Amino acid sequence: MHQKLESVAARRDVVQPVRSNDDLGAMLTVIDGGGLGYAATADLSREGLRRAGELAREWARRTAERSVTRFEPPAERAPTGRYQSDVEQPWQDIPLSERIERVRRECARLKTDARILDWSAELWQVAEDTLYLTSEGGRIEQRFSLIVPDMRATANYKSETQTRSLGGGAFCGQGGLERLDDAGFDEAAPRIAREALALLDAPNCPSGVQDLLLAPDQMYLQIHESIGHPLELDRILGDERNYAGTSFVTLDMFGSYRYGSDLLNVSFDPTLPEQLASYAYDDEGTPARKEYVIQHGLLLRPLGGASSQARAGIGGVANARATSWNRPPIDRMANLNLEPGDSSFEELVGEVEHGVYMETNRSWSIDDSRNKFQFGCEYARLIRDGELGPVVRNPNYRGISSSFWRSLSGVGDRASVRMMGSPSCGKGEPNQAIRVGHAAPACLFRGVDVFGGA
Amino acid sequence: MREYFGELAAFLDGELTGDEVYTAGYRAEDSDFVRFNQSGVRQAGSVSQRSLSLDLIEGRRHATGSLTLTGQAAIDRERLRALVRDLRAKREHVPDDPLLLYATDPQSTVHAAEDRLPDSHEVVEQVLSQGTGRDLVGVYASGGTHRGFANSLGQHNWDSRYSFNLDWSFYSQGDKAAKASYAGFDWSADDFQERAQGAAEQLSVLAQPARTIPPGGYRVYLAPAALLEIVGMLSWGGFGLRAHRTKTTPLLRMIEEGATLDASVTIAENIEDGIAPGFQEAGFLRPPRVNLIVDGAYEDTLVSPRSSLEYGVPTNGASAAESPVSIELAAGRVPRSAVLAELGTGIFISNLWYLNYSDRSRCRTTGMTRFATFWVENGVIQAPLNVMRFDETVFRMLGENLSGLTRERELLLDSGTYGGRSTSSANLPGALVDDFVLTL
Repeated sequence: MHQKLESVAARRDVVQPVRSNDDLGAMLTVIDGGGLGYAATADLSREGLRRAGELAREWARRTAERSVTRFEPPAERAPTGRYQSDVEQPWQDIPLSERIERVRRECARLKTDARILDWSAELWQVAEDTLYLTSEGGRIEQRFSLIVPDMRATANYKSETQTRSLGGGAFCGQGGLERLDDAGFDEAAPRIAREALALLDAPNCPSGVQDLLLAPDQMYLQIHESIGHPLELDRILGDERNYAGTSFVTLDMFGSYRYGSDLLNVSFDPTLPEQLASYAYDDEGTPARKEYVIQHGLLLRPLGGASSQARAGIGGVANARATSWNRPPIDRMANLNLEPGDSSFEELVGEVEHGVYMETNRSWSIDDSRNKFQFGCEYARLIRDGELGPVVRNPNYRGISSSFWRSLSGVGDRASVRMMGSPSCGKGEPNQAIRVGHAAPACLFRGVDVFGGA
Repeated sequence: MREYFGELAAFLDGELTGDEVYTAGYRAEDSDFVRFNQSGVRQAGSVSQRSLSLDLIEGRRHATGSLTLTGQAAIDRERLRALVRDLRAKREHVPDDPLLLYATDPQSTVHAAEDRLPDSHEVVEQVLSQGTGRDLVGVYASGGTHRGFANSLGQHNWDSRYSFNLDWSFYSQGDKAAKASYAGFDWSADDFQERAQGAAEQLSVLAQPARTIPPGGYRVYLAPAALLEIVGMLSWGGFGLRAHRTKTTPLLRMIEEGATLDASVTIAENIEDGIAPGFQEAGFLRPPRVNLIVDGAYEDTLVSPRSSLEYGVPTNGASAAESPVSIELAAGRVPRSAVLAELGTGIFISNLWYLNYSDRSRCRTTGMTRFATFWVENGVIQAPLNVMRFDETVFRMLGENLSGLTRERELLLDSGTYGGRSTSSANLPGALVDDFVLTL
């Protein structure tokens, strides 16, 4: 894998040091006699790779009789193929000076008031080439271009500080600088500053069980934490119990468990070119295609690659992924999307007599079985009698995954869908942070425990 | 490896033109990782990685970059030459940086530990042996971690350590498990066995039917590993000068309202007793100790070089993130042997999990209990508890509701491995807390 990263940023109207990173290395995996071993190296000379291969082979042989399962080579013994991100405006085609000027300009537009104490705008781009080879002639080449924008303003008055941002940094996607149009990067600054100041003057979010309308930039993390992670097959098999945790989902639930209301349709979809974690093959060489994991509320399949599928005796998806050359692949959600429904955003608001609308995640917490969660958002507005009302601050809500999704009572239409994602979802031992994508519309939930700040 | 870094630094010296200056950082590790599940090996392998980061400076303009090193001198020199050219070209497009600050008074240091690590395969056998008849899940990491700094002013700093970190759980039923760790520099089979037996002793209690308690306020004991999660949350933006001046610190009430914690709470960045390198990325040496909170009151912050210029406060060797790397909380007076008796009736919490802020400005955090959490009555453990969510402020937990800290502390070496093995640590007591609020 060869990954290049470059970032430009401005903070408090000071251009920050331009940063770049060039990371190149290889991971060799050997399966021998039922054992699996790996060795990662940045020494790509013949001798370096030979040494790594020997290390990997030794690990495979010495652990073969002690492994949690009998490891077999992937079913796809010699996969071949290619993939490349669709890029309209390549990062490199825009001079560095213009990229710097863009963040500097947007940063300056955030400072609209003396109460704004911290303000920043940042762009980073990742260009990644991966080459997957097998000893039986497999060869897969994939080339990715990813864009991550961020912008935030922090306002303060005495003991109250509020931050408003561009989707919490979640408007990241695959492609070129055209992704910034999706994020509204060049228009967002005045709104972000205005809303940060509005939060200072706003009352705390009222507490109580009420209806909750969530914007896509909160929905993405709700999906991530309470659908994505519990469905990862290696968690269900117990691999993550010492660190990231387990799951309330068990193997016997697939095909029969009612995960959510009839409105809940969730897909693993690696085919959307603009989404952050799209690809053609996973890191075990399995071709990737769209699969529903939940359909009309019924749990269908886990998020598990070929190795986990073999261990569990159940079908899955092509999601064995490694963050980089220095980590082995494990089951990772990639793009996990809540499919749009039929309701416009206005119609969803109109269905609420007494509730809250929340935007932009700022806090997330969930138990190790992925059940009891609590989320906090940057910004909220009351909804009264079908109308959006005043701004409230410190909006939080808590619930239990297994009942929360059954309270889903409205799903926004295609017009309300936003492509969100995170460049760094953490999991695994040793740890690895990987990119994930979540497209979601606005969604309405009934009877949620909502509360404000201290 | 130190010599190799020195050769690369000398090469960079020769690549400079005019009045250019550089600072360079080096990170490397050669690690074995063995992952366990169900008392079997899940994934086993080795990772060898080296990288160099470079800040190429001319006057007040600079550009930074980093790259992976192959260990092959000719290739690495070519890649570094290309990096220098690239940074030089980029630098033409950036304005003067008013916050650029780097060490200009060369202070070279060397910490080169001896490699006394055991053969990883032998350790794997011992671990699997302790897993026999039990459900063991975890990871063993072992190897050398190397950090270096050099600049064109003649400063050279080096830190090499060889450590192991075994982090594991014995699972009883469902989500009930005893979590344990064994980390250090000298592996002892007897020490490991003792720790494993200690963890296994909890299994009989964990196997009992679990109780669910209603939300409410409870007296609790937070073991050092549980307190680590709370201190870790505070470290996320709590102790840096930038966070204080931009009013984003969760300790905002301390600076705006003069709020204090309990007088028994003293928190410091203690580099001397940790395993983190004694230098940071711009070449400043870390002082042995920075007192952050003393006797419950705000004392000082961690000041990075950039913050130093931004806010006019001398740097105290903090890294750019201004987070502690070697945090300690002073010991208290409660003997660990008396913890259950002192707890009386309440909850013994071995671990907390997935903390985050529900109201950052008021240092209000939420999180979950995890692993071995027990209901205690009159000083006697009764049963394991099903996981509960808490929502509490640090000003209550370590303030008005702090009942006592233990006399004994635990040095917890961070088992984190994002991007590379962590060199952070925390030295913490346990804490008895009243009216700890559970919400779900």
